[in-house]
Amino acid sequence: MARKLLLTHIDVPGINTLEVYRQKGGYRAVEKALKTMSPDDVVEEVKKSGLRGRGGAGFPTGMKWSFLAKPEGVPRYLVCNGDESEPGTFKDRFLMTKIPHALIEGMIVSSYALGANTSYIYIRGEMMPQIRIVEQAIAEAKAAGFLGKNILGSGYDLEIYVQPGGGAYICGEETALLESLEGKRGNPRIKPPFPAVAGLYGCPTVVNNVESIAATVPIVNDGGEEYAKIGIERSTGTKLISASGNLVRPGVYEIELGLPVEEFIYSDAYCGGIANGKRLKAIVAGGSSVPILPTNLATTTAKGEARLMTYESLADGGFVTGTAMGSGGFIAFDEDQCIVRNTLNFTRFYHHESCGQCSPCREGTGWMEKVLHKIEYGQGDVSDIELLWDIQRKIDGNTICPLGDASAWPVASAIRHFRDEFEWHILHPEESQTRNFGLAHYADPLAPVV
Amino acid sequence: MLSIQENMTVEFTPALLDRFADVVSRYPEGKQKSALLPILHLVQADFGWLSVDAMDKVALFLQIKPIEVYEVASFYSMYFLQPKGKYVLEICRTGPCCLVGAERMMQHLENRLGVKEGEVTPDGLFSWRGVECLAACGFGPVLQIGPEYTFYENLTADSVDHLIDDLKQKAKNQ
Ligand SMILES: Cc1cc2nc3c(=O)[nH]c(=O)nc-3n(C[C@H](O)[C@H](O)[C@H](O)COP(=O)(O)O)c2cc1C
Ligand code: SF4
Ligand code: FES
Repeated sequence: MARKLLLTHIDVPGINTLEVYRQKGGYRAVEKALKTMSPDDVVEEVKKSGLRGRGGAGFPTGMKWSFLAKPEGVPRYLVCNGDESEPGTFKDRFLMTKIPHALIEGMIVSSYALGANTSYIYIRGEMMPQIRIVEQAIAEAKAAGFLGKNILGSGYDLEIYVQPGGGAYICGEETALLESLEGKRGNPRIKPPFPAVAGLYGCPTVVNNVESIAATVPIVNDGGEEYAKIGIERSTGTKLISASGNLVRPGVYEIELGLPVEEFIYSDAYCGGIANGKRLKAIVAGGSSVPILPTNLATTTAKGEARLMTYESLADGGFVTGTAMGSGGFIAFDEDQCIVRNTLNFTRFYHHESCGQCSPCREGTGWMEKVLHKIEYGQGDVSDIELLWDIQRKIDGNTICPLGDASAWPVASAIRHFRDEFEWHILHPEESQTRNFGLAHYADPLAPVV
Repeated sequence: MLSIQENMTVEFTPALLDRFADVVSRYPEGKQKSALLPILHLVQADFGWLSVDAMDKVALFLQIKPIEVYEVASFYSMYFLQPKGKYVLEICRTGPCCLVGAERMMQHLENRLGVKEGEVTPDGLFSWRGVECLAACGFGPVLQIGPEYTFYENLTADSVDHLIDDLKQKAKNQ
């Protein structure tokens, strides 16, 4: 049986309340950490666990924590990233809705480890219902003495506040998030300095994803070594996967890292296969920003090995034949879906969400959107494919923040793996105009249109 | 496309000002500007949109320059700088939702309400627009309605029709 660490009690009625959460063993990690461990002990366990950031970049959490500067007399901050706006990702919203105390408990032990006395949970403004739920959980935790002054007699003080965003994908980028939390536009900062040195209000700050923070609870409870036993190599523990698209059972799944992609898609324990008896055409494994893969490369690597849900296996083959774990936003495309249309959609998204600070991103995303629009609507030229390739290449690596790269990769991978589909659109302008919702011709690009 | 409209003078009620103060108390001394986004949400929930006058008053309250409020209000997609319909139906238009019919649902909304994206119905009740991924991609198509951001998942033409009828009824009863 696959082990669960975060969603174990998700179906228990009332698990969103402190009372039921405690009956199921909740807040044991707070008691253990504050009463029996030093802050450095907690950092040590997180290091041993091998936990990697669940927000997208996969940076080892314990290492990130150990970079936090600790100058005398300067406050330090923990800021939780609950912006969750990467298309295909909806695990944090799920976790906050169903089991908000898992996040609060994680915030307390993580804040303790970092020596933060004020911590913020930045939640995207559209999640007003979740903001209410998390604020309610904070109020309950405070009433029960898990927050406030001298928590459990340990001498440690902590307040947690929720901060709503205003609707901007870029505020998921950690420095844009900090700007936003300071009441400004969400313009990413030039790094260095990194937040660990100069973050919120210029003070040392750690920004961590909702799921990363929640994962510190089982790590404190069972020890980092126990956590590291789950998974493969440097992909330890469990991961929440948001599954969307043309699947029989889309939704949020907690998997042990190392699960084969094929099993995740087709097993009844997970997504149950492709909806409506159709065939799989492509997957995006880690949110809209990571490269799209055609079916054959989705379930096996170019070397012919089974592709596994681990950071390493998903990235096997680099960006030529591989992809990335990203945020765990797993999107499945059935045989009727149009890759050109989807690429146009994603590109429109990045153009819309670009903060506009760097010209390669601001102009490049708009330009790619225009060219893709032309192709999708039957006015493309064969040279447009090279043009697109050229634009994405010039954005990639040339911007202040990774949103620029994130806009380039879907375009590059779509051209790399589905060039024939772009060509088909260009050579069959009339058909491609009427086929706004699908591409039944894909199996045979030159078949007559039904 | 951005245009900021003037409005009659606005007054913040004492209750609203209390909530402003509560927000400000979450940040260190001198960092009250952090309260800007939460306060703009509160103002919009009360007035339906952010007029220049309302933003100027927020600036005065937070002791920041009006431009600091305008530049934020115009950057973030949730703030309305013009009056909208009483109910703004915001439907997700991003990739994963499109795989399960979001574009058809947007067409249905347009037909059913009889107005284009961004326009207000003649009775002033409804407007609609496409928004980006709402972090519910596995339950698409989805839409939300402010100011409480009530959420509707797995939309069908029927469920959208029901929702619109219910909202019309609700408006009548108010
Ligand atoms: C454009 C962009 C959007 C991002 N959006 C999110 C997000 O919504 N949630 C998140 O946790 N991290 C997001 N990230 C990653 C954050 O910058 C940061 O790496 C992360 O919050 C660190 O937390 P972790 O180490 O726990 O993963 C985004 C990054 C970029 C470049
Ligand atoms: S890459 Fe794009 S989003 Fe990031 S800072 Fe530059 S313009 Fe802004
Ligand atoms: S794509 Fe619609 S909620 Fe994510």
